[in-house]
Amino acid sequence: MAWFKKARKPLPSPQKVSRVPEGLWEKCPGCEAILYTKDLVANHQVCDKCGHHFRLGAVERLSLLFDGGTWHELAPALRSNDPLRFTDTKPYAERLRKTIASTGRNDAVIVGSGRIGGRDAVVASMDYSFIGGSMGVVVGEKITRGIEHAIAHRAGVVIVSCSGGARMMEGALSLMQMAKISAALARLDRERLPYISLLTDPTTGGVTASYAMLGDLNIAEPGALIGFAGPRVIEQTIRQKLPEGFQRAEFLLERGMLDLVVDRREQQAVIARALRFLHT
Amino acid sequence: MAELLEFEAPIDILLKEIEALSMLPSTDDRNREISRLEARIDAIRGDLYRSLTAWQRVQVARHPARPTTLDYVERLFTDFVELHGDRRFADDNAIVAGMADYKGTGVLVVGHQKGSDTKQKIFRNFGYARPEGYRKALRLMQLAEKFRRPVICFVDTPAAYPGIESEERGVAEAIALNLREMAVLDVPIIIVVHGEGGSGGALGIAVGDRVLMHEFAMYSVIPPEGCAAILWRDAKKKVEAAEALKITAPDLLGLGIIDEIVAEPVGGAHTDPAQAAALLDVALDRALRQVQEMDSDARLEARYGKFRAIGLIGIEGADE
Repeated sequence: MAWFKKARKPLPSPQKVSRVPEGLWEKCPGCEAILYTKDLVANHQVCDKCGHHFRLGAVERLSLLFDGGTWHELAPALRSNDPLRFTDTKPYAERLRKTIASTGRNDAVIVGSGRIGGRDAVVASMDYSFIGGSMGVVVGEKITRGIEHAIAHRAGVVIVSCSGGARMMEGALSLMQMAKISAALARLDRERLPYISLLTDPTTGGVTASYAMLGDLNIAEPGALIGFAGPRVIEQTIRQKLPEGFQRAEFLLERGMLDLVVDRREQQAVIARALRFLHT
Repeated sequence: MAELLEFEAPIDILLKEIEALSMLPSTDDRNREISRLEARIDAIRGDLYRSLTAWQRVQVARHPARPTTLDYVERLFTDFVELHGDRRFADDNAIVAGMADYKGTGVLVVGHQKGSDTKQKIFRNFGYARPEGYRKALRLMQLAEKFRRPVICFVDTPAAYPGIESEERGVAEAIALNLREMAVLDVPIIIVVHGEGGSGGALGIAVGDRVLMHEFAMYSVIPPEGCAAILWRDAKKKVEAAEALKITAPDLLGLGIIDEIVAEPVGGAHTDPAQAAALLDVALDRALRQVQEMDSDARLEARYGKFRAIGLIGIEGADE
């Protein structure tokens, strides 16, 4: 027989009410400073203490690069129809549906046409929040259309890469987008129209091994991870730790793979300057 | 007899029976039994290879005795002279290239080379090419363009080499430049994916007018093991990943990624390399003739259109 008849109710835990509303402050991974979110947004997601570049969404990126922050979006409605009927631990179709709902975007790139420094330009900007910015058939088609639009209108092209590489869930169709976009860039190249590749954190895999490295100018953001194989794959191959700073923008600059590393707050001016030189 | 794969175990049992019988004194009865078993092996092999799963095809594509690029070069071409180096840094032994004659025409041959024995495999870095390999390939393809010679590329690599020096010397840039320049290279280019088509490392020499693929070859955006490790978080799910990725020749033909499947001997190219080469010869000759008949503008337009169209099958919501 139990000593006490009445079972004790567990004490109600005090409601966890944070006194700080969600997302009001952000901690900088670079210098650990606590940053006021509004300041961070005003500063284009760059820490004003140490210059650490946070990831920037595609819309914010286009607003930053185009004159007056205005552009006309190309092919916004294109969506993947899950051509392989791919399923891993969950169906890709479901993953797509949820990502489209949560991001309000149809895929991992936004392509816009507008002006930079007064010159006609097409900018394709990848968004990491959409399945790691992965490149599948929609990314391939939208960027290709953007390049073809630029050729038709004698405009320059800027592609802002931010991607883990090809989208596995679309198999070899994704792989082939590397060839498709590069073929369009070959035509742009022969037309003597400028192409500026802006590499941001991260740019790896098939994106690096195609359009990201093909710029007339390759410009990177400070500290961006840029490489072909991911650091973990390399460590498994060579069975040792990689040196500090390996595959970072500054490392690539030193190895001769980049023209420039440019702080985000100066990119619009530098790109406008470059287009003035290249777009004859 | 080439090494048997695990799914060929039923064949192995019969081979052992034949071996046991052959050790006994020969009689008419025993010889009849041996022929009966041999016929049975052929029947089983035929059944097995008619319905290979994606993962089994991966195993065949990676078979240690599968004919290499140089095996095909030796059988299909005459007067092959290998050329070396990227004129920048080094000569990469994982990609071979050279002048050859094909049915009386000079062609440039480029291909990944895996190596057949252990020593060769190490020398060839198991077919994992470094930036120098892709740059050598482009240098020689541009030489072929200058002197109006068609290019034939043989694809058989697990991947581009994922090492420190590859990254330092810009393997991504090397592959990217090949993709761009092969799209507009003004001579016929025929691609033959005869073994492993390992993602960007394969594609780096695989842009052309016709893409032929061997019946049991594979061509994938990522190795099934890597895909399983990332998406399933379990490398043992490679069988499921191989299936899901659609990496087989029939799948890729259906998706519009390749143009033609090259038949292999029953049991795979490694069971009869001479016949495998003869089958490729027919397909290669036909593809090259078709492409050579086109004038340069039409050929380049068709090449652009071919890659331009890849992926449209997977898109909805066409606007504008």
